[in-house]
Amino acid sequence: MSTTSALGGAIRRREDPALIQGLGRYVDDIKLPGETSAAFVRSPFARAKILSIDTSDALAMDGVLAVYTAADVESLGPLIAQLSFAPRPLLNGGEVKHVGEAVAMVIASDRYVAQDAADAIFVDYEPLEAVIDLKDSLSDRVLIHEGSESNTIISWVGPFGAEPEAQQAVKDGIDAARERDDTVVVSQEMVNQRLIPTAIEPRRVLAEWNPGYNTLNVWSTTQIPHALAGGIAVSLGLPTTSVRVVAPEVGGGFGAKLNVYNDEILVSWASKQLGRPVRWVETRREAANSTIQGRGWIGTATIVGTRDGEILGYDFDGIADMGAYTQNFTVAIPFLGLFVGSGQYKMPTYWKIDCVATNTVTTDAYRGAGRPEAMYYIERIVDMYAREIGMDPAEVRHKNFIPSEEFPVAISPVGFAMDTGDYAMNLDALLETADYAGLRSEQEAARAAGRLVGVGLSTYVEVCGFAPAGLADLGFNWGTYGLPTAFNGSGLVRVNPDATATVIIGTGPSGQGHQTTWAQIVSDRLGIEVDNITVKHGDTTDSPVGIGTFGSRSAAVDGSAAYEAADRVRVKAAKLAAHLLEASEEDIVFADGGAHVAGSPDSSVAWGEIATIAYQTHKAPEGTEPGLESEVFFTPANATWPFGSHLAMVEVDAETGNVEILRYIGMDDCGNVINPMIVDGQVHGGITQGIGQALFEEAIYDSDGNLLSGSMIDYPIPTAGDVPLFELHRTVTPTDVNPMGVKGIGEAGTIGSAQTIVNAVVDAVAPLGVTHIDMPLRPRRVWEAIQEAR
Amino acid sequence: MYPREFEYLAPTSLDEAVAALASNPGAKVMAGGMSLIPLMKMRLFSPPVVVDIGRIEGLDAIEDRGDHLAVGALVRHADTADSPLVQQYAAALAQAAALTGDAQVRNRGTTCGAIAHADLAADQTAAVLALNATLVAKSASGTREIAAADCFVDTLTSALTPEEILVELLVPKSGDGESSAYTKLGRRGGESDYAVAGAAAWVRKSNGSVDAARVALTGVGTKAVLAGSVSDALVGSDGSASAIEAAATHATDGVTVLEDLYGSVAYKSHLAQVYVKRALAAAIE
Repeated sequence: MSTTSALGGAIRRREDPALIQGLGRYVDDIKLPGETSAAFVRSPFARAKILSIDTSDALAMDGVLAVYTAADVESLGPLIAQLSFAPRPLLNGGEVKHVGEAVAMVIASDRYVAQDAADAIFVDYEPLEAVIDLKDSLSDRVLIHEGSESNTIISWVGPFGAEPEAQQAVKDGIDAARERDDTVVVSQEMVNQRLIPTAIEPRRVLAEWNPGYNTLNVWSTTQIPHALAGGIAVSLGLPTTSVRVVAPEVGGGFGAKLNVYNDEILVSWASKQLGRPVRWVETRREAANSTIQGRGWIGTATIVGTRDGEILGYDFDGIADMGAYTQNFTVAIPFLGLFVGSGQYKMPTYWKIDCVATNTVTTDAYRGAGRPEAMYYIERIVDMYAREIGMDPAEVRHKNFIPSEEFPVAISPVGFAMDTGDYAMNLDALLETADYAGLRSEQEAARAAGRLVGVGLSTYVEVCGFAPAGLADLGFNWGTYGLPTAFNGSGLVRVNPDATATVIIGTGPSGQGHQTTWAQIVSDRLGIEVDNITVKHGDTTDSPVGIGTFGSRSAAVDGSAAYEAADRVRVKAAKLAAHLLEASEEDIVFADGGAHVAGSPDSSVAWGEIATIAYQTHKAPEGTEPGLESEVFFTPANATWPFGSHLAMVEVDAETGNVEILRYIGMDDCGNVINPMIVDGQVHGGITQGIGQALFEEAIYDSDGNLLSGSMIDYPIPTAGDVPLFELHRTVTPTDVNPMGVKGIGEAGTIGSAQTIVNAVVDAVAPLGVTHIDMPLRPRRVWEAIQEAR
Repeated sequence: MYPREFEYLAPTSLDEAVAALASNPGAKVMAGGMSLIPLMKMRLFSPPVVVDIGRIEGLDAIEDRGDHLAVGALVRHADTADSPLVQQYAAALAQAAALTGDAQVRNRGTTCGAIAHADLAADQTAAVLALNATLVAKSASGTREIAAADCFVDTLTSALTPEEILVELLVPKSGDGESSAYTKLGRRGGESDYAVAGAAAWVRKSNGSVDAARVALTGVGTKAVLAGSVSDALVGSDGSASAIEAAATHATDGVTVLEDLYGSVAYKSHLAQVYVKRALAAAIE
């Protein structure tokens, strides 16, 4: 029952005036008396044995308080992770496993002294052979982890949840189809390159141990304040109640701040050791070589199909780069890809990925996290199949969609299913909106004029707002962080005596607009103006336990908790309003800052009067419990599966290989929309990051494991000037797994875009004989592909 | 991103500044700081003394001095790019300045600083070569002029001595029949970011034929260089598209082309030809 237009309104982000005026409060805006500063000594070798560490010169420097090495922190608990196999040491004192790994920590009076002291620490290394190449790692020629039997940490195989025999039967079926005379086989090895997340605010943490109260205060730019509090508590042997984590404004996360990092624990511990606040600020170089990276797959996608466009089977055989250690979600990222490996298509799919260690920075979640990779492979190979059989790529897709009437589509035995979808309707909407036929005519005319113009399509389906709780039994268990909930969202809604409302959430935004969205949700339920609703976030002291802001889960899961909490407040408020209006509570309607009797807007009472008797209950019906608030934990029965289709029109400069994006049109479906402006903003950012992967970005390691693209000089990211004006549209297919019918949108743009661009570029140069180009499509790659084809 | 300790001097006159450089071995001049500060913060370069010339008055003008323009040491890239004088009389320099860095860098970094810094992929270095500019260098022991052709010695190494300040750049004004242009491919594609390859061209035509030409490349080797063979091939021709095409094939004659993350030797050599051709065509247009 929506009583205001708040839900669905394109309200401007309330957080922006502060943020764009530089008035937002980030970790570095918080200053404490007596602060000290940490710096780390990091390995220059990808793999080496530490023979000795000489800290004497550093310790002798003025202003140096302490230098810690591995031996000093042995008593601390290890870093914890989901599905952890090779945890990252807090400080390495034995064999370092990637360039940038921390081997010592200096605490000094300020960061300049700390850095000077770190530079003065002499570490004697015996370099060992590094394993960088994924196929080399898979061969187990050199084992990275002493005592392990293989560099392959785990292999994920789909159909997910099926017995190995059943999985093999699917593969056998595809192989049999390959052998038939009437089928076409299209196969391509493709790289989905490593990326460096590059948030505008690098990571930083400030820790303050208070010996008087035996409490630890930690300010960190994190996506997971409650899990971080739990991780620190576990490692330091403290009850979670002794650790308060605050994530103030967070300048972008994209998954890179979805870990409990060694620096966060070490700085907390050092503050306790020294009795002084300790701050650590990550440099850009450290952001590149010690914070997690994303993607890093190589794989061969194969489609077997008929000549008239029926796909008979899809086989994906990939290797995913885990880097040196497994952190929070490291090995789970390819697992997420497995869920959506077959994209929007109904076809036998055998999908396998080997997760291997290398002597590089650990990989983990980066916007999309496994889903952009999976979608890249299926959508590229579908395009290649269409080209092979000479059919329009839109038509091939159409022929193989999962029919809308088949939803929900079961994915696993734990109740995990594709919730809702209407893929044909969505693609048709895109083709019509974009005037696809017209674009193809334009392309033909351009080609006739000697221009290399291409049109690329991609459909996508993703999975987010992870649920159900049963997934915890598959290894995704937050219990080790001291979190009581597996896949819950949480929210507390309070109507204050002055008729304002406060919403307290257990997670925090890193740019997603929670301040605005949550106010709209609560405004919709209570009829209180958005301007009178304050959203508090990111402080573990006063908020209900929350999992974190990631996996496009906030609106669908935490938002639903706030929605239900507001509804419970409304139920109580309706009783009070009915009492004041001498009406029946079933007839109470909330709107315009108060309540009235349905059909009689003149018979109304303001929220202030309701709130007053809620707190001064002698005026309320007998037995009324004082207060007007509710805290709700919400567990969805299932995840949500947003989908959509994107189209790009590009022009390639044949002389230079330069790619220009002429148009980019999106047709996304994230179910019902709370704030269309915020949804558009999320899609803008997501597509831009996908374009970054398609055209510019690549974490490049040499064969010795040196990161050649470790600074912004050599790691180009897209700016607003590098992308076209996006033409964004939506279809609406609500989910039934939460009360608002909303799906996630934070990652969809990234999941749909990289292959859209690559498909368009390949379409542009196809007349020259090019069939595939690996990302990033820097001009040199495109030019070289053209030369090779000629 | 925390530099080593250094002493910071902010003189208010050129005499003070050059005296500070003379008495502090290893001291480094700073104008906009757009290249120096990042190098210091990454601890790749740690001068003991930084002499900030930003408070010296009278260095921020672009002056018309008859047959040439004078660009002062504190003229920002944005000023160079937006100057009607530079646009009219030294178009290649205005175009190169407009394609330098991003808006923030252009508002702070200086044209003279970019020349003194001598980055191998800078834009304005190629323009000053093609325009045959002259650097005016001042030190405690006097003032001397350096031809642009002698300025770029190696990667990040110019002919300026550590005691010298590049106080102004003298750029000959393009007169009747003379024109210039700069164009490039950037690292983010299009014209964004450092040059993967860029070319500046200056051409003088009289009576329907090319009478003189100078072409310079950036981004393809260790430093910005004149592509002398291109000019030789073009002079005497009619400057037509086919003449340009033929001349451009000489783009990398005598130039050591280097591979980097953005291009192989073959690709960069090819790009050099493409951008020489495009710069010449734009200049002659």
